[in-house]
Amino acid sequence: MSALNDKAVDNGRIARRFAALKAEGRAGLVTFITAGDPDLETCRAVLHGLPAAGADLIELGLPFSDPMADGPAIQAASLRALHAGTTARKTLDLVRGFRATDADTPIILMGYYNPIHAYGVDRFLADAIEAGVDGLIVVDLPPEEDEELCIPALKAGVNFIRLATPTTDEKRLPAVLQNTSGFVYYVSIAGITGTASADNAAVGAAVDRLKSRTDLPVAVGFGIKTPEQAANIARVADAAVVGSAIVTRLADGLDADGKARPGLAEDVLGFVRELAGGVRGARA
Amino acid sequence: MTRPNTFRSGPDERGHFGIYGGRFVAETLMPLILEVEKAYREARADPAFEGAIREQLKQYVGRPNPLYYAERLTEKLGGAKIYFKREELNHTGAHKINNCIGQILLARRMGKKRIIAETGAGQHGVATATVCALFDMPCVIYMGETDIARQQPNVFRMKLLGAEVVPVTSGARTLKDAMNEALRDWVTNVADTYYLIGTAAGPHPYPAMVRDFQSVIGDEVRVQMQELEGRLPDSLVACVGGGSNAIGLFHPFLDDPSVQMVAVEAAGHGIDKGPLAHAASITGGRPGVLHGNRTYLLQDEDGQILEGHSISAGLDYPGVGPEHSWLHDIGRVEYVSATDQETLDAFQLCARTEGIIPALESAHALAEIVKRAPKLPKDHLMVLCLSGRGDKDIFSVAQHLGVKL
Repeated sequence: MSALNDKAVDNGRIARRFAALKAEGRAGLVTFITAGDPDLETCRAVLHGLPAAGADLIELGLPFSDPMADGPAIQAASLRALHAGTTARKTLDLVRGFRATDADTPIILMGYYNPIHAYGVDRFLADAIEAGVDGLIVVDLPPEEDEELCIPALKAGVNFIRLATPTTDEKRLPAVLQNTSGFVYYVSIAGITGTASADNAAVGAAVDRLKSRTDLPVAVGFGIKTPEQAANIARVADAAVVGSAIVTRLADGLDADGKARPGLAEDVLGFVRELAGGVRGARA
Repeated sequence: MTRPNTFRSGPDERGHFGIYGGRFVAETLMPLILEVEKAYREARADPAFEGAIREQLKQYVGRPNPLYYAERLTEKLGGAKIYFKREELNHTGAHKINNCIGQILLARRMGKKRIIAETGAGQHGVATATVCALFDMPCVIYMGETDIARQQPNVFRMKLLGAEVVPVTSGARTLKDAMNEALRDWVTNVADTYYLIGTAAGPHPYPAMVRDFQSVIGDEVRVQMQELEGRLPDSLVACVGGGSNAIGLFHPFLDDPSVQMVAVEAAGHGIDKGPLAHAASITGGRPGVLHGNRTYLLQDEDGQILEGHSISAGLDYPGVGPEHSWLHDIGRVEYVSATDQETLDAFQLCARTEGIIPALESAHALAEIVKRAPKLPKDHLMVLCLSGRGDKDIFSVAQHLGVKL
């Protein structure tokens, strides 16, 4: 039952990007950074440099005070961003600024529901489309709560990317895949972001299982920390997602007062280049 | 708003009380939530489960506790006839154990091997550690570092009972952060772990389940008041943080129109002193989504959760159970608030007139009856839920009164 996905009139950046990756015969690299971390200026520099560094899709974290599915690295990033004054509105401004320089790289906002709820769902969707957002990943909205945001998003033309996890069994999978659009994000471990890493064989089997049930691309994330791990995932999935490792690299570039040291953005982008190298060389 | 035929039929099958409640959790947890819901539904239909709970409540907790006529306080206030429902006489000194007995029996039924819980003041942590000791199950309690510092006696009690107390250093290091951390543990240990939530909040089925386990409070009051006065009470007063003692007292009476209900939130330094000065989610917050449910929350314009303040560590949670949000909106329960100072005054009044040192949480409800009772006729039967004893609070009360212990 994917009638609604077909109806979603998104601008097609996500679909075009995955089609291009398929044509190139390689997997994609999805990079996560938190909007406004460690401050809006530095974040903007990193964001704008990501495509050239090899990011194929960008996940931009919408900061939230209580990120209960995230590990320490992204929790800290969220708090840094909030302390720097980041709001949902400023997050959309960042996207708008990026879109003025890059018309093709998909941007997916990732976060929790309450900041969107507070903004107002309809107003948020309208502003997100206007800013150039292509998709949403909202951690605390399972299929049981589709009426809240998923269905309005699909109707408005914003992809709603669902997480599938090791606890998503056969019985539940159809519910999870229904109303999912853009791609499916397979969370490779039962756990929080940035902690344990999954076993490659298990990830491969899980991706195959998803692929047998959906035509959508499958991206895999959680626990991917090195170019080698990213390459391993790139061999079995359509994209590898790296978040905590990038955010940790960024945190390493802060001084004792939490301010960005000179060269921080370049260092983070250098790490993204290494990850991209791993992903791009994986199937060579 | 149209008045429903009954106020007691909620939640619906998706866990909604009106627009509140729901199941706002990560996909990893969703199958677990559904498993708890199914297990609870089956347990409720099994008379053996009900029997086991009743046996534990009688033999171990010491129920029924008295519905006590507070004669001196009644005389002092000169109005309504005041009764205390003595939850503070339960084993472990508060109503929290009622829920813990129910949930640990459910966890055992489900074959779970490990219990996790969050705690703020430490009362739920102590009650959880207690039932885990009783049933020989490993127990991990998440507690904010800030709360650990101000509730040392309870931390030691939990350790004596064999629990591992994990300090939470994320966020503001209080109850909401402890709940985040417990959810993170659960998401990581999905196979064998049961999350024993301490209040009538969180994702469905927790708000309904905790309410059911706490409804023994109101059920007993109903029978006891019938014995003592031959009729129903006229009003019920209870404090609300997450709201489990209040919903437990109120729920059995929701369909008795003559019974008035008043829930008292923590006004801290005063609700008019700004969003960080109080912990009154309903009186001073607005609806949002946190910890698995839609409910009234303390939050800023951008939907970021704010850290509430209350003299009572058990009430400074930035949310409230979803059923309370609904009962507020439809007007069945009146939500008011008491400040730190009013609470301290009521705390001392209760100690001196009744010889009972109440928990600071319960003293919020006492502060409301001090305001309300004098204006009511002498035949007005008022029930206060004395949800916990105040031994744990003597250090912070001493500090507020400028006494060095």
